[in-house]
Amino acid sequence: MSHRRDGILDEKNLRAVRPSDERLKQGPVVMVECVERIPCNPCVAACSKGAISIEGDLNDSPAVDHALCDGCGICISACPGLAIFVVDMSREGEDATVMLPYEFRPLPDKGETVTTLDRAGEVIGEAKVLRVLDAKALDRTPIVSLEVPKSQAMDVRHFVRRETP
Amino acid sequence: MRIDRHPILTFERGREIEFEFDGRRLRGCEGETIAAALHAAGVRVLRESIRLGRPRGFFCAIGRCSSCLMTVNGVPNVMTCITPLEEGMRVETQRTKGTVPDGGHPGGDAPADADGVPIVAWGEAPGESLGDVPLAVVGGGPAGLSAAIAAGRLGVRSVVIDENQTAGGQLIKQTHMFFGSREHHARVRGVDIGPKLLSELEELPVELMLGTTALGLYNDLTLSLLVEGRHRRLSPETIIVATGASENMLAFENSDLPGVYGAGAVQTLMNVHGVVPGDRVLMVGAGNIGLIVSYQLLQAGVEVAAVIEGMPEVGGYHVHAAKIRRAGVPILTSHTIVRAEGETTVTGAKVVEVDESWRPVDGTERRLDVDTICLAVGLTPNVELAFQAGTREAHVRELGGRVAVHGPDLETSIPGLYIAGDASGIEEASTAMLEGRLAGLAAAKRLGAGDPAKIDALVSEAAAGLAALRAGPFGRQPRYGKERMFALKNREGTDESQA
Ligand SMILES: Cc1cc2nc3c(=O)[nH]c(=O)nc-3n(C[C@H](O)[C@H](O)[C@H](O)COP(=O)(O)OP(=O)(O)OC[C@H]3O[C@@H](n4cnc5c(N)ncnc54)[C@H](O)[C@@H]3O)c2cc1C
Ligand code: SF4
Ligand code: SF4
Ligand code: FES
Repeated sequence: MSHRRDGILDEKNLRAVRPSDERLKQGPVVMVECVERIPCNPCVAACSKGAISIEGDLNDSPAVDHALCDGCGICISACPGLAIFVVDMSREGEDATVMLPYEFRPLPDKGETVTTLDRAGEVIGEAKVLRVLDAKALDRTPIVSLEVPKSQAMDVRHFVRRETP
Repeated sequence: MRIDRHPILTFERGREIEFEFDGRRLRGCEGETIAAALHAAGVRVLRESIRLGRPRGFFCAIGRCSSCLMTVNGVPNVMTCITPLEEGMRVETQRTKGTVPDGGHPGGDAPADADGVPIVAWGEAPGESLGDVPLAVVGGGPAGLSAAIAAGRLGVRSVVIDENQTAGGQLIKQTHMFFGSREHHARVRGVDIGPKLLSELEELPVELMLGTTALGLYNDLTLSLLVEGRHRRLSPETIIVATGASENMLAFENSDLPGVYGAGAVQTLMNVHGVVPGDRVLMVGAGNIGLIVSYQLLQAGVEVAAVIEGMPEVGGYHVHAAKIRRAGVPILTSHTIVRAEGETTVTGAKVVEVDESWRPVDGTERRLDVDTICLAVGLTPNVELAFQAGTREAHVRELGGRVAVHGPDLETSIPGLYIAGDASGIEEASTAMLEGRLAGLAAAKRLGAGDPAKIDALVSEAAAGLAALRAGPFGRQPRYGKERMFALKNREGTDESQA
């Protein structure tokens, strides 16, 4: 329960929400980092593929069927906890893609290099911004796709811009 | 000090105007509060305490704490946190108690004594009567608006009274998406829920009385109101008190220094007026409010030095903690604040680690370089109105302190007087909306409006929603609290003689 002490998910919790290595190799897939019983369920309605479900009552934590998820990322902006990420480890070469919610301004530009942070806010390295989605339907929770080394894809969960123009 | 770029909000500011502060010419925006304009101009000291002459800034920003009283255009004791700025205003730091100038008393048309203070018989509400209305709702937050909607749909005519110029209560400051499920407006940002509720009201026989304070409630259900500086009376058949909650203060050395603000005040300043509270903030309290307001500070471009929490664990949801953690904000559990440092405003904070019995651990004291200390240490229900009317009271820790005894239909010990939302026990906007709905339905039923069978069906639906929201571990506290409360109501029964 260390996340109750410092706000950071521990290994055991992460293992429970992490897709299998097998699945990770097949293509982009969701990681729902929401492990507590809280009264919330918009993620369920957001996924048209039925990959996320909340069984019993509203408070159950979301169960994810990674086999049904195609990594589209639509659920990212629907989550009030900003707890949903999509990782793509299936790309050729050294790099993976991480899609994350980013509710700060100014937004980064496509192609820009940003400094990446882990769940504790520690600097991990740098990443290239591949895409910034800020459609009206996302309701002010834009989705940013970052290109990061595969070895860091399970840890990069936030970023800061190098210079704020 | 003004926010010009925000990820969620756009600020529509009034035109720039000039005003005077202690003889200096300053610029502010028309319509913003005097305190916000001063803050934006870098002025944080608003008055001096009467006996010790200690500097005072604002604290609550909602007209509750009197920490912001200043002399405006010669009139002392003006609550600058809720008084709009006007062109050419003369604003002065207040150092004394002040005297009320001629004609300054809001006694209205009541007979007055030589000092202009109205003479009223004990137990009688002063002022001209506004006439009768079947239902009055005090408080235009999520609970009050939902109550008026539920009753209005059954044809009940009502007035909703709120002291603010905008209805919505706490919702108008919540930039984050709400939890719950679709029927509780989950995924919708708090700021967008108020307008949704207001648009539902439009079709209904509901009148909004904004900028109106309910000063008193008499046990014959007469409300004493302050409308545009004048006393008015309202005698509804039923009343729903949905007055929300006030922030708790925390006692530590120098906790009265300007720069020590309530979390709600910080939100008001930042999300309503678009003015940042400072450059570097220490957040005290890691419940949901402390965590969410920290995130909102980051969104406004303010640095959060740390969030400290006396308990060994974070009180709020992990997902809220995770958002600020990954942005680099340390969360120091088992830590408390010892003292605020600074002469006239906050320049730092001393924090210390504590053991299980909250005793400071030797050698762990350290200084944080901050200019703002934000307190998010809990809320207390605003129950004064209900208590004035003479409702039975009970102290229920899980609900945030003393509350009016009420049943599942939110009726107090006084028939026809209901209490809902944070005023009936501290919870969430989602539960406040359902409680408001239940109170509205109960009032409608009492007034004989609508089909009783249909009302019962609506009641079951709302009650089921409440049960679902309270089912998890974070709902345990209010769930226990409400169960204890209902048992109390049941045991003692309704005392009709109090009506
Ligand atoms: C930082 C923060 C984050 C939150 N996040 C969430 C969340 O994610 N989800 C959620 O469900 N809830 C959340 N809440 C809680 C939620 O905002 C409150 O529980 C809810 O607003 C309570 O509703 P209410 O109608 O009872 O009271 P309020 O919203 O407080 O409204 C009461 C109204 O009554 C008025 N009033 C009081 N006394 C008088 C009087 N005498 N005369 C006239 N008017 C009066 C007040 O000015 C106010 O407008 C959050 C709260 C905070 C502070
Ligand atoms: S990424 Fe797309 S498919 Fe996968 S869970 Fe989210 S919404 Fe469903
Ligand atoms: S929407 Fe987000 S916070 Fe809510 S249950 Fe789903 S994953 Fe958790
Ligand atoms: S009354 Fe103005 S800050 Fe509290």
